[in-house]
Amino acid sequence: MNFEVSHALDWVNRINEKIQDNKGELTSLDQAIGDGDHGINMSRGFQEAVNKISGEDYSDVSGVWKDIATTLMSKVGGASGPLYGTVFLKMSTAVKGVENIDSQTFSSALKEAVSGIKQRGKAEAGEKTMLDVWEPLADKMSEVQDFDRQLILDTARSSMESTKDLVATKGRAAYLKERSKGHIDPGAMSSYYVFEALADCIKGDE
Amino acid sequence: MSHVGIVLVSHSEKAASGIREILEQVVGEIPVEAAGGLEGGEIGTNYERIQAAIQNIHSEKGTIVFYDIGSAQMNAEMAIETLGFENVHLASAPILEGAYLAAVESSIGKSVEEIFASLNKEFK
Repeated sequence: MNFEVSHALDWVNRINEKIQDNKGELTSLDQAIGDGDHGINMSRGFQEAVNKISGEDYSDVSGVWKDIATTLMSKVGGASGPLYGTVFLKMSTAVKGVENIDSQTFSSALKEAVSGIKQRGKAEAGEKTMLDVWEPLADKMSEVQDFDRQLILDTARSSMESTKDLVATKGRAAYLKERSKGHIDPGAMSSYYVFEALADCIKGDE
Repeated sequence: MSHVGIVLVSHSEKAASGIREILEQVVGEIPVEAAGGLEGGEIGTNYERIQAAIQNIHSEKGTIVFYDIGSAQMNAEMAIETLGFENVHLASAPILEGAYLAAVESSIGKSVEEIFASLNKEFK
């Protein structure tokens, strides 16, 4: 399959639904090891992103992702704004001018997003951040020839869960050191919803 | 004579404008902009506010941006990169003490390079 504008619109709508449905959970995860604003920030940002794209007419996926990026950057607040904004901005640039976004193009866009997270957040793998979900996804998806719903779901779930045993060295959670262990990272959790939403929106088109 | 500008990025609108008040009271007329909080006075940092603050005071003398915690640095970096102005720099020194030192030096006509040398010496 190719990833079309309709998928891009469906994707962000589904991300927003999941974030709104799980706003309380994201907030309590963040209260445990962060500053407790992740649920509020993400729900505000993705609602604004959905509002922004719903009135527009898009000719390519790049345009959808660019609008999502700029909305998240200005509306999310907290560290998630620049980080999620960077993710969509990098993906938008990566697919600009590409006619058919197949799974290989999509996974190279994810790799761009991963390097964006590393650069913006000065993060590396294993530091208990959203990167610990995004990087395995980009790697796994680049190893297969087509969009694989089950692979996306399995990778997202296992990498999100694996953040539980990590010790945070980035962000507010880093101040807690060993105490951050035993909690799933809120950014990894919201990233899990992003990929669960991706799996949902390619369902039936694989 | 133009002076190096100072932008204060804080999660709190009150903190940013409070620090600006201190600088203005002690140092007097130098270009200082506060970029604190989100719309509606909420706590957070917003890169559009930071961009606007830089745009308001930037001159050929240059601008130094101070920031507080967490996302402030990322949003400040993003604001600087997307504006693409020459001679805008991020300083990692503590926002109040660092900006105070920078304000004093800016008021006596020091350059961005000279101010950074003092910041690095004082807050290494």
